[in-house]
Amino acid sequence: MNAPVVPVPAAGVQAVRSTKAGTRRRWTPYLLLLPGLLWLGIFFIIPLASLLMQSLQTPVPNGLAGQFQQTWRFQNYIDTLSQPNFYNAMIRSFTYSFIATVLALLIAYPLAYAIALRAGRAKPLLLVLVVAPFFVSFILRTIAWKQVLGAEGPVVSTLQALHLVQQNFTIYPSSAAVIAGLTYNFLPFMTLPIFASLDRLDTRLVEAANDLYAGNLVAFRKVTLPLTMPGVVAGTLLTFIPASGDYINSELLGGSVNTTMIGKVIDSRFLVLSDYPAASVLSFTLMSIILAAVWLYVRKAGTEELV
Amino acid sequence: MASPQTNGDLWLKDLTKTFGDFAAVDHIDLHIPQGSFFALLGPSGCGKTTTLRMIAGLEEPTSGKVLIGDLDITYAKAYDRPVNTVFQNYALFPHMDIFENIAFGLRRRNVSDLDKKVKDVLELIQLSHLARRKPAQLSGGQQQRVALARAIVNQPAVLLLDEPLGALDLKLRREMQVELKRIQMEVGLTFIHVTHDQEEAMSMADTIAVMNNGVVEQLGAPLDLYERPATQFVASFLGQTNTLQGTVVGPDGDFTVVDTACGRLRLPRTELTGSVALGVRPEKIEFAQTAVSGVPDGANVVEGVVTDASFIGVSTQYIVRLRNEQEIAVFEQNLLFGRRALVGDQVTLFWDPRHSFALAAQ
Repeated sequence: MNAPVVPVPAAGVQAVRSTKAGTRRRWTPYLLLLPGLLWLGIFFIIPLASLLMQSLQTPVPNGLAGQFQQTWRFQNYIDTLSQPNFYNAMIRSFTYSFIATVLALLIAYPLAYAIALRAGRAKPLLLVLVVAPFFVSFILRTIAWKQVLGAEGPVVSTLQALHLVQQNFTIYPSSAAVIAGLTYNFLPFMTLPIFASLDRLDTRLVEAANDLYAGNLVAFRKVTLPLTMPGVVAGTLLTFIPASGDYINSELLGGSVNTTMIGKVIDSRFLVLSDYPAASVLSFTLMSIILAAVWLYVRKAGTEELV
Repeated sequence: MASPQTNGDLWLKDLTKTFGDFAAVDHIDLHIPQGSFFALLGPSGCGKTTTLRMIAGLEEPTSGKVLIGDLDITYAKAYDRPVNTVFQNYALFPHMDIFENIAFGLRRRNVSDLDKKVKDVLELIQLSHLARRKPAQLSGGQQQRVALARAIVNQPAVLLLDEPLGALDLKLRREMQVELKRIQMEVGLTFIHVTHDQEEAMSMADTIAVMNNGVVEQLGAPLDLYERPATQFVASFLGQTNTLQGTVVGPDGDFTVVDTACGRLRLPRTELTGSVALGVRPEKIEFAQTAVSGVPDGANVVEGVVTDASFIGVSTQYIVRLRNEQEIAVFEQNLLFGRRALVGDQVTLFWDPRHSFALAAQ
């Protein structure tokens, strides 16, 4: 809530003491920011501008495939986004990502709660286990899920043995498999920030709520949850944003046109079809939608009960 | 919550809490009358906080009972008993403003007239103007008062205060002691105050239970505890005490005579026999003008050499080495111009035997 404050000495004092040391002190924060700003400038702002420009290009008349010229054609956006396979992939991406985020939150919050507040001496070990999947490559882990969810895998055979499903039942490949993969792959990103905020929680506040006639559920809703919202917000953003752009899961666990996510479309437009303007349009749109969604979400979550 | 007709006295009956082999609270029996200001006083680790937490319902007793009037609340949940707590570090909800912090308990019970109740209690603690601030924007003393208001607004049968003034500086602590006492008188609730600060306990409480090693060593009014400590622990924990080892010789009127290495001394009639310790507070001891005159009849008299004198403003604190090489403390109010005695002086000390007390020898 409080804006970062750069100390501003009173004008009179400054006039008297405007020495070299004072000047240096005033510039120190900016000097510290410089490496980061340079990095962002070179590797984020410039490519972003170039991407924006590319989205407004048209093919060179009679040119080779992949040759474009800058014509500032805004119609590109309408043309591209009105194609059903593009906007469907976009909608599908956000749907998958949203469901995966909700599932990850439902799994991660109790998990983080148990580790932070109930695990006792097992806490460090359990934390290592949460992070352990990172020791194996993202792709390998996703391929492993093919085995887990496959026709011969443990999930399907268990369900069949229990006669809960038909003998010809499959999970992989399907939308459900993609969502399961997304949920699994981003679970640590959800768990760690929530764990951090629960670990910092002053449990005496929960006792105080109990003391003031709040049952455990009410104490959770009124005290624990609001005080750990920063962790929930961080976790959901760290899950939702990368999951929206992810296409490894949909490629490996979905594998059909009906499960294609927008990342895959952009990838093939850029690298396979050399359709740079359409790819740029989709990239830019994806980014804008995520940005708007995040802004709305943080505003909503941030103003309610956060400190 | 408890209606005025039912008796709101708090009873702890044979209350015990063990952690593994360690008995934090060891078969405590206490009766705390409704409307009293009661202090649980003791060093850290004596079991006073565990006792408090069992009353609050934050800790389950190993055995024994907690009763309010006829109501057995031993195993009632914390949110289900008419008891509220002022926590040691206040435990104010940082995400709620002062008004909402105070209203928290009322909202949980859907109390009518919530607005007025919160406003009244804000007025009582004189912080009406800060109702919409967040706790972090308040000073320590203000936070302390909000914590108090958040508890008393619920009109609990028993209000628990866990070292409520521990985090405040000395001057503020003195002010808050007066304030707490005023508020307690005004609202008329039973206050149970846990502290390790004997001065805090004595200045506020009607009754003090001195705890040590999980048991109540002595229970009584502050004056009684100070003037008539029953055990060595109480004598040394409440203020400073000189003790002289001796043997009971026999009764002498209202007194009992004790033979010590510094001569025969008298103390009020005691049942103790054999070897005892005679205790006397440093401020009760006076200097005689000379060895032969200035000692009232019947006074206890000892002789010694001043080994140290420190001037601390209101009084001068002397250390006097007696004949048996034991050193005792003597405090004298600075009523004279100049010093009563200098280091190295041979002095005669006396005190009224009624100021001595007998303690079982260690």
